[in-house]
Order: sequence, then structure tokens, then C-alpha cells
Amino acid sequence: MLKDITLGQFFPGDSPLHKLDPRTKLILTTVYIILVFVARGAPGFAVILLFTLAMIAASKIPAKIILRGLRPLVFIITFTAIINLFWTKGENLLFRLGFIEIYSEGVLYAVLMVLRVVLLLLGSSVLLTYTTSPIALTDGLEQLLSPLKKLRVPVHEFAMMMTIALRFIPTLIEETDKIMNAQKARGVDFSSGGIIRRAKALIPILIPLFVSAFRRADELAIAMECRCYRGGEGRTRMKVLKLSYRDLVASVIFVFFTAAVIAANVFIPWLSV
Amino acid sequence: MSDTSSSKYIIELKNVSFVYGEGTPFRSEALTDVSVGIERGTVTGIIGHTGSGKSTLVQLLNGLIKPQSGTVLLDGRDIWADPKKIGQVRFRVGLVFQYPEYQLFEETVWRDIAFGPRNMGLPEDEIKRRVSEAMAFVGLDEKLADASPFELSGGQKRRVAIAGVIAMEPEVLVLDEPAAGLDPMGREEILGGVWSYQRRKKSTVVIVSHSMEDMARFCDRLIVMCGGRVSMTGTCADIFRQADRLTEIGLDIPQITRLIFALKARGVDIDTDIYTIDRAKAVIEEMIKQKRSGSRC
Repeated sequence: MLKDITLGQFFPGDSPLHKLDPRTKLILTTVYIILVFVARGAPGFAVILLFTLAMIAASKIPAKIILRGLRPLVFIITFTAIINLFWTKGENLLFRLGFIEIYSEGVLYAVLMVLRVVLLLLGSSVLLTYTTSPIALTDGLEQLLSPLKKLRVPVHEFAMMMTIALRFIPTLIEETDKIMNAQKARGVDFSSGGIIRRAKALIPILIPLFVSAFRRADELAIAMECRCYRGGEGRTRMKVLKLSYRDLVASVIFVFFTAAVIAANVFIPWLSV
Repeated sequence: MSDTSSSKYIIELKNVSFVYGEGTPFRSEALTDVSVGIERGTVTGIIGHTGSGKSTLVQLLNGLIKPQSGTVLLDGRDIWADPKKIGQVRFRVGLVFQYPEYQLFEETVWRDIAFGPRNMGLPEDEIKRRVSEAMAFVGLDEKLADASPFELSGGQKRRVAIAGVIAMEPEVLVLDEPAAGLDPMGREEILGGVWSYQRRKKSTVVIVSHSMEDMARFCDRLIVMCGGRVSMTGTCADIFRQADRLTEIGLDIPQITRLIFALKARGVDIDTDIYTIDRAKAVIEEMIKQKRSGSRC
């Protein structure tokens, strides 16, 4: 049950998107996010939408899984739509009921804003979180941020903390699952009773979980010291990230994509918001 | 089904299959079409490799997981007939997980053991009786009752956890690797405690283990798992007689049985249905005695 919650939603595969260097993907995702906010007219959004659909197709991730990723956002999406629909004043009044007024601009705003939120999530998840393993992601992040080391920002330490945290999330989930099962076997009922009863039912889970998290942290620290870990200084990597022709191709595609969005913004700004 | 309660099986699995992560790339089939029964009033051992489906099987027995297909019968009734009443099944089939010491959470040993019985809604004096009885079965000193479970040694914690399930007095007690990671003394005490509990209460016990020696000593019947299927069932003698098949699926027979087979191969006239050291000792002593008296004549 708990195992269904996938962290960072990484979906293993070997599509061209999976094979890109994490650094490339981080940069391209940033570009993508900026473009989603830059786009103003319907044609610009259409370009981004088509591009995103193409990326989804290239990633070979089942549409079902991608749609499932949108589910937690249903509330925000609905909220955005409603706010924009009712609170946008314009010229063409479409509908009036008492104090509720809906203008055609409002409808347009609602559609484009929802599209913006959805595209933001779809694009960044397909380009980054679905196709990059969390470990590759932290590696890429560490390398990208390494210039900050000169400013005495402990980049390596942050990356190591993140890697360890990511590494232990599945372990802790599994552990929670185990402890929950063990307490269920002793008759704890998590699914009935009021809030207070349910909260109380969590105590038999949280205490063992904390105890074991501290124990693991302690063991890991000792194991790392035994292997002479002493921070990032002079540390080499087993898997060195290398840029390949793929990254070049992806970057070029992105240059055209950026150009297309900007061109659409400038030359055909129909139905702009 | 009127005569179900007199059936020889207390728990019966019929064509049960279980798959983890259905519909994701992590899909893995844990059990495939398993049909097996646990006989009333026996100690049944489940053996098999890591990943052979033992732990999954065990969790099916008390309804922690629901099979995708097939039925699990407890006393002839499908435990999933009314999913709301699955809690009752968990009180009737007590499950002790692997490394159960990690589930302790209460402030005192006594309260931790009382947790299960309290969830059953028993009256206070009944809880008291069960807790002290359970402590006695697993060999915990009464003095430890007020200690914090986190101060105890690993072996003692394990006993507290097992006592916590025994105190629920389940009709079937299921233990997943109860002796894993303990020293020989600890193994002996825990398995011995469970065994004497079973004999005294005439209940049914299921033990999952890797150790053929332990299985041979404590179990009446064995279920051998391999690759998510049941590959053999029968009494210890039935199973260990098929040493070839066991080795084929990568399992072993007790060392003492191997010794007896070796003796037989060297031409000693010996009964090969021996799988505990005590029995081997008795048989070999008898043979020596006979030999001596024979040579005297």
C-alpha cells in the first residue's frame, strides 16, 4: 500500500529522455519553466503543449502514470480556474447571475492559467522527475552548483545529505509498512474512529520508526567513517557524468523550441493574457 | 459447509496468487496458485529460499494482505467474506514478524505485551493473567515487567515482542524467522518456549525458518516453498527422505541426516529416517550395543 507512493516518481526506462545527462535536463527544465511563464498568447501555449506531448511520447511513459501525477493538483487547478473565471473583469459579458459575472476574458484566462499549471507540472515531471533517478538528479545538482564552493557554500555536503535522504526514503517507507503490519497484527485499527483515536493509533508506529531512523543514522555514520569518508575534498566518483551527442541534440532542439515560443509571442499574440 | 470445524485443516489456502506492484514496472509475482493447508494442533514449518514467497504466504494467513485470486479459509470460512471483520481474523491468527523487536514502543515491557490484549477489549484481570503467562512462556523474568523495552538486550526484546502476540492467545501462532540473528542459546530458548507453549495450549503453530536443524527438531509437518509455489508438503520424514529434490531447489537436509546417508553409503545398515541429533545418538548407541553383544557370543 505504502509502496505505491513512488518518490520523485522516477519511472525506469531507456528512452532518449532517460539517457540525457542530468545536468542537461536540469538546465533544460529551467528553460522550459521560464518559457511556460513567458508564453502569453494561445499560439505560444499551443507550441508548448505540442512540444510537451512530443516529450511525453518520447519518454515512453504510459499516459496513465502521467495523469496519475496530476491528481494531487486537481484542487489547485480547480481553484485557479474558478478564481480566474469569476474575478476577471472584461468587456464581453457572457453571463450574469446576481453578483456573479463571467466575461469571455475570464474564460480565456481560466483556460490559459490552468494550461500553464498543467504544462508546468507535465513538462518538468516528464523532462526531469519521471526520467531521472533521484541519485542522478543530486549528482547533477552537485556538479551544477559546484562553482558555489568558491563562495564557501557546502555544496558537496548538501548533495550528500540529499543523496542519503533520498536513499533512505524507500527504506523508511518499507520500515513503516512493516511496523504498521506488525501493529495491525496486534489489533491496531488505523481506519476507524475519530481524529483523536486515529492520531493515537499512530503512536505505536511513530515511536519504533524514530528509534530505527536514529539507529540507522548512527550505523551509517560509523560505516562512512570506517571507509574514511571526510567530505568532498579530493573525492572522485565511480560514475563520472559525461556529456554526449544526445545532450547536444537535446539542447539544439530546445533552442528551436525557445525560438518558436518567443516568435509566437511576438508575431502572433492572439488571445494574449 | 457444516462439518468445517471438524476438518483437519485450521487454515487452508485454495489456488491463492499474489502479485506485488500490479500495473507498475516493479510488478513481481510472489505467489502463484498456492494450495496448502495447516493442520490443526500441529507445528508446521515453512522452508524456502529468500524470495520464495514465505513471508508473503505468512501475511496471507492473517489477512494482512488480500490475495488477487484464490481464497484463504480459516476454520472453513473465507476470511475475506466480510472485509470489515478482518480485525477478528488477526486476533485469531497471531503473527510475529521478522525482527519483531523493532515494533516495541511502550514505556514498559508489561504495557507493550498488554497492547494486543488491550486492543481486543479484554477485561483488566484477564489482560493481567495473559501477560504474566506470556512472559513465563518466553522466559522473561517477572522483574523485567517494569523495565523499558528499549533498555533490554536484543534477545530479550525479541521475547517481549513474541510474548506480545502470545498474550493475545491466538488459535494459530505464526512466527516468521523467530530465531534469526540470535545466538544458539537464544535460538534454543525462544524455539523451546514456543514449542512448550504449543504443547501446553494445544494450539497450532507455524514457523518460517532457514534452519533445517531447527525445523527437524520442532516441526511436525513441513511446507517447502520454491519460486512462489509449494514444492513439497509432508512430515519431516517425508521431506528429508527426498534429499535429492531438496538439494535441487538449493535447500539442504539437516547435517545429521547427511551423516546418516554417508554412513549408509559406506555400507552401515542404518535406518535413514533420522533427522535430529538426539534420535541419531539413540540409534547409533543401540547399534553399538548390539554389535558388542553380538561379538561376545
